[in-house]
Amino acid sequence: MSASVLFDAPGPRARRRSRIASVVVIVVVLAGLGWVVFTLAQPRESGGITVPGYFDWSRWEKPVTDPEFWGAVGRGLLNTLQAAAIAAVMALIVGVLFALLRTSPRAAVRVPVTIVLEFVRGMPVLLMMLFILLVASTGAFWAVVLALGLYNGAIIGEALRAGIASLPRGQREAGLSLGLTRLQTKMRIEFPQAFRQMLPIIVAQLVVLLKDTSLGFIVGYNELIRTTMNNLSSFYGNRYLFTLFFITLAIYLTVNLTLSWVARRLARRRSGVVQNPENDAVE
Amino acid sequence: MNVVIDNLPLYLEGFGQTLSLLVIAGLAALVVGTIVAVMRVSPVPALTGFAAVYTEVLRNTPLTLVLFFCAIILPYLGSELPYFWCAIIALTAYTSPFVAEALRSGINGVPVGQAEAARSLGLGFGQTVSIVVFPQAFRMVIPPLINVLIALTKNTSVAGAFFVAELFGVGRTLANANGNAVVPVLLAVATFYLLITIPLGILAGRLEKKFVVQR
Repeated sequence: MSASVLFDAPGPRARRRSRIASVVVIVVVLAGLGWVVFTLAQPRESGGITVPGYFDWSRWEKPVTDPEFWGAVGRGLLNTLQAAAIAAVMALIVGVLFALLRTSPRAAVRVPVTIVLEFVRGMPVLLMMLFILLVASTGAFWAVVLALGLYNGAIIGEALRAGIASLPRGQREAGLSLGLTRLQTKMRIEFPQAFRQMLPIIVAQLVVLLKDTSLGFIVGYNELIRTTMNNLSSFYGNRYLFTLFFITLAIYLTVNLTLSWVARRLARRRSGVVQNPENDAVE
Repeated sequence: MNVVIDNLPLYLEGFGQTLSLLVIAGLAALVVGTIVAVMRVSPVPALTGFAAVYTEVLRNTPLTLVLFFCAIILPYLGSELPYFWCAIIALTAYTSPFVAEALRSGINGVPVGQAEAARSLGLGFGQTVSIVVFPQAFRMVIPPLINVLIALTKNTSVAGAFFVAELFGVGRTLANANGNAVVPVLLAVATFYLLITIPLGILAGRLEKKFVVQR
């Protein structure tokens, strides 16, 4: 529903009122932000000595002007992207497998797969990472990648299954009546269509996957957040914690907003098929 | 297995913490999310813009960073909250945009004719939204909202890594202390999570069937 149905096209008085409300909101938000920035910028007492505020150049100079620092941040970002890329490929493969097995005509295959699927979907990814790390002793990288691949694979599998279920029945029947086997029908007729229809959801889920690589921080994988908030903050000292946080946030927002934008464009290109893909992405 | 039985009180304590994180942060996220959703469809451009920026920024920030913000930056701003409440604030802030988006897609899913009918009866924006569109939207968004809550349940585990002794934190401590019984310890943790997520999932499925509006 376009918002314009909910209220009349505003006349001069309503426009004035809406403008006043806008100004009030902007003032309130700016005041809040201003207070935060002002408080952070204040010099503060710490253990009897006065230290400069968080926006003071002395809090930024040392890391920002150090090429080694940017090298380390770059390596952290690369680790994040690497884990996300491998996990994404794995999630797609696992997703197709899950969707295939889940819709198998044999109950002996379908039922156990359904149970595994529910188990994987109901468990925190973090717990899965810890499990793989401690039980399989694979090292932090593979713990992150395998857990993310499996978990997101389960979700993509369910999306694909929903996509197949929403196809007109005639597609499958036509395939079968042409003499294709069940598997051929599924792989060559149903999956390509389901995949295209669910593409926005799948891309949105991959954005979630990228975000979740940050859990590697907890299991000891040197991705971006662990690099900045743990390694670099102990190297440069805690006084740079705010600076490091700020830089990390900026990098994450840039990468994720770009990806979300791509997801939205994909959704718009296929508008009418699936709306608001991001909502169906599960955390 | 013995490790699990011996430490059952610890597990239950962690389970209680997880539940209270879920309930408090869940309710708070519902309230904040609803406010953001209403702002997002409101006629005031500044409100719409603010809601859009809030949603986009929080949805594209990893939960780990939001927790860092609450654990490190909030004290700089003068808060002296214990870690539990920091975690509540972080989980609320992180979950509310998902609630808002679920509600917004519900509002978008109500047929235009409903709003048009309400408008032509002379109801204003507030009345149209609150007594015609929202009640219908809410029923449609209950299953997606439950999915958001399931995601929140799983996300509480991240708080466990930030010094809140909930289920995941308990599991990690026990796994470190009992290196020879890692599998049963962690499976027990998983079971407790499934105790929350699977019934919620079934509930979502049931309600989805029950509330489907025949149009």
